[in-house]
Amino acid sequence: MVKRDLIIVGAGPAGLSAAKVALEAGLTVTIIERAAILGGQLTKQTHKFFGSKEEYAKTRGIDIASILIDELKNYEKRLEILKEATVVGMYKDYVLTIYQGNEYFKYQAKAIIIATGASEKVLAFENNDLPGIYGAGAVQTLMNLYGIVPGNEVVMVGSGNIGLIVSYQLIQAGVKVKALLEAASNIGGYLVHAAKLVRLGVPIYTKTSVKKAFGDKQLEKIETVKLDENWQYIEGTEEIINCDALCISVGLTPLHQLLSMAEVDMIYISELGGLIPKKTPDYETSMPRVYACGDVTGIEEASSAMVEGKIAGLMAARDLGHRHKKFNELEKQFKDQLQNLRQGPSGVKIRLGLQKAGEEL
Amino acid sequence: MIKNTGIPSLEQIKSKFPDEVPVKPKAIIECYQEIPCNPCATSCPFDAITIGKDINQIPRIDFDKCTGCGSCVYSCPGLAIIIANVKNEEAVFRIPYEQLPLPEVGSIWHGVNRNGEVICKALIKSVLKNKNTDRTCIITVIVPKQFLYEFITIRCPE
Amino acid sequence: MRIEKHPILSFEKKNKLHFTFNGRDLVGYEGDTIAAALHDNDIMHYSNSLIKKRPRGFYCAIGNCGSCNMTVDGVLNVKTCITPLKDRMVVESELDEVTIHG
Repeated sequence: MVKRDLIIVGAGPAGLSAAKVALEAGLTVTIIERAAILGGQLTKQTHKFFGSKEEYAKTRGIDIASILIDELKNYEKRLEILKEATVVGMYKDYVLTIYQGNEYFKYQAKAIIIATGASEKVLAFENNDLPGIYGAGAVQTLMNLYGIVPGNEVVMVGSGNIGLIVSYQLIQAGVKVKALLEAASNIGGYLVHAAKLVRLGVPIYTKTSVKKAFGDKQLEKIETVKLDENWQYIEGTEEIINCDALCISVGLTPLHQLLSMAEVDMIYISELGGLIPKKTPDYETSMPRVYACGDVTGIEEASSAMVEGKIAGLMAARDLGHRHKKFNELEKQFKDQLQNLRQGPSGVKIRLGLQKAGEEL
Repeated sequence: MIKNTGIPSLEQIKSKFPDEVPVKPKAIIECYQEIPCNPCATSCPFDAITIGKDINQIPRIDFDKCTGCGSCVYSCPGLAIIIANVKNEEAVFRIPYEQLPLPEVGSIWHGVNRNGEVICKALIKSVLKNKNTDRTCIITVIVPKQFLYEFITIRCPE
Repeated sequence: MRIEKHPILSFEKKNKLHFTFNGRDLVGYEGDTIAAALHDNDIMHYSNSLIKKRPRGFYCAIGNCGSCNMTVDGVLNVKTCITPLKDRMVVESELDEVTIHG
């Protein structure tokens, strides 16, 4: 069995940020990433980021990915990166089983940071499994990473930031966005994103959902329906929209499976997207020296994921005897940053979720 | 209501303009919602835009300090800032634009309102794209002055 | 369909890769995943659901959902959305094609 100091599972914004701080503190780090490239969801975010300078505001996500990856290059001697490697098991003795290149092998770590991110939720409606119905993030990957468009005419379901941003990016890729449907009475994401779409001529229909999809072997059209106050279909309000692609953007759910497998204490918090690990203010889970950061601890923006990653990296390094030279200063800075990102009205749900999970704010 | 349409009311739009019709170019910051974001404030070379320590605050602009330089236009991740002024019978705008094709200088495109409707002709005066704007184009465009509070973007005529 | 012009991104033409899907000769490009190359070849039907045998397409693109699992060079259940395409790969969907009605 291969022995390692710190293993970070997932090389998205949280994992890469954790790696940087842990390396800076002097630790030896192994990053394990399922994809062939590092950066996670940042690699397809073509828009400029919100937040403040500390979270790379006004820099495009794709460029933030490059920055985070470049920052690790100073530490190559202490850094091991496994790509196209999936961690398929995590156990109480700090053993991770890894699948790479059609082989299984084991690593054992002194500390583990879980930064696995999230997966897209699905929506229940008739024929929701027809080819041509995609997760919105999947369409973003297809377009912005591989340069392939999903179809000619798209309908988006969900007006959270992902639904709004991906709709805008579809138009940038030359695809017609016929409508954006939102089940709630208000737009879920930032209004500035919505305004960008509306001025490009995309209609936003609130209190509206998709009832049924039609198509022989792939999507040809959908039936929409208006919803009442109790989220029930209003009969007689059905309308048909022809489209060859439907994007589902109804939220994300944490990829908690490794933590659950290791029987870390978990709690279900709907405001944070589902099952999350209970954690200390230092992002340590109920299993000593196992930390979690980013969307796996609750769905937020990538800016928060980066800061959480830095905290996890800082604490993991300290707990393995490599207290960062600027530990006190950085701890305060990171925690203040997180509080700042979450304290406005757009952070209400997150604050409520964290409170329910028993965390100090 | 902007919360369910994404479209601000005329009153909301006017609240973001100077009280008097701007003769000199001024930044119009169409940020109607408290979100954690402050690049407009930190990018302003003249300290005309204030957000403060809590980055969720809505930006406030001091029009006396604003020179209409346009740094905030390409710094705003929400593409929510335009520069506007009125000269004689014309309203002059500088807008952020991230679509293709790009207009030719001197061509006439459609002028579009915040609902996405074509409202007027728009004369393209300049198209700026450089390292600072980071792939966001800044387009200077002229429309009849009665569209000062309506015009928001351009669209390619078929 | 490939994006040719994009206001933010540039997609350079990369080297062609030849592969087969269920015996058909297809072309993809360096940097593609198997699933992305299939989508570009207008292939929408990636697998069948296990019980009702309903067609499944490209869904999550990040290795979560299992909708795009295929046999690649004889290896079963490969997540084609996160597996880079290589020249001369032999890709096969894992169940016979079925049709749905309604």
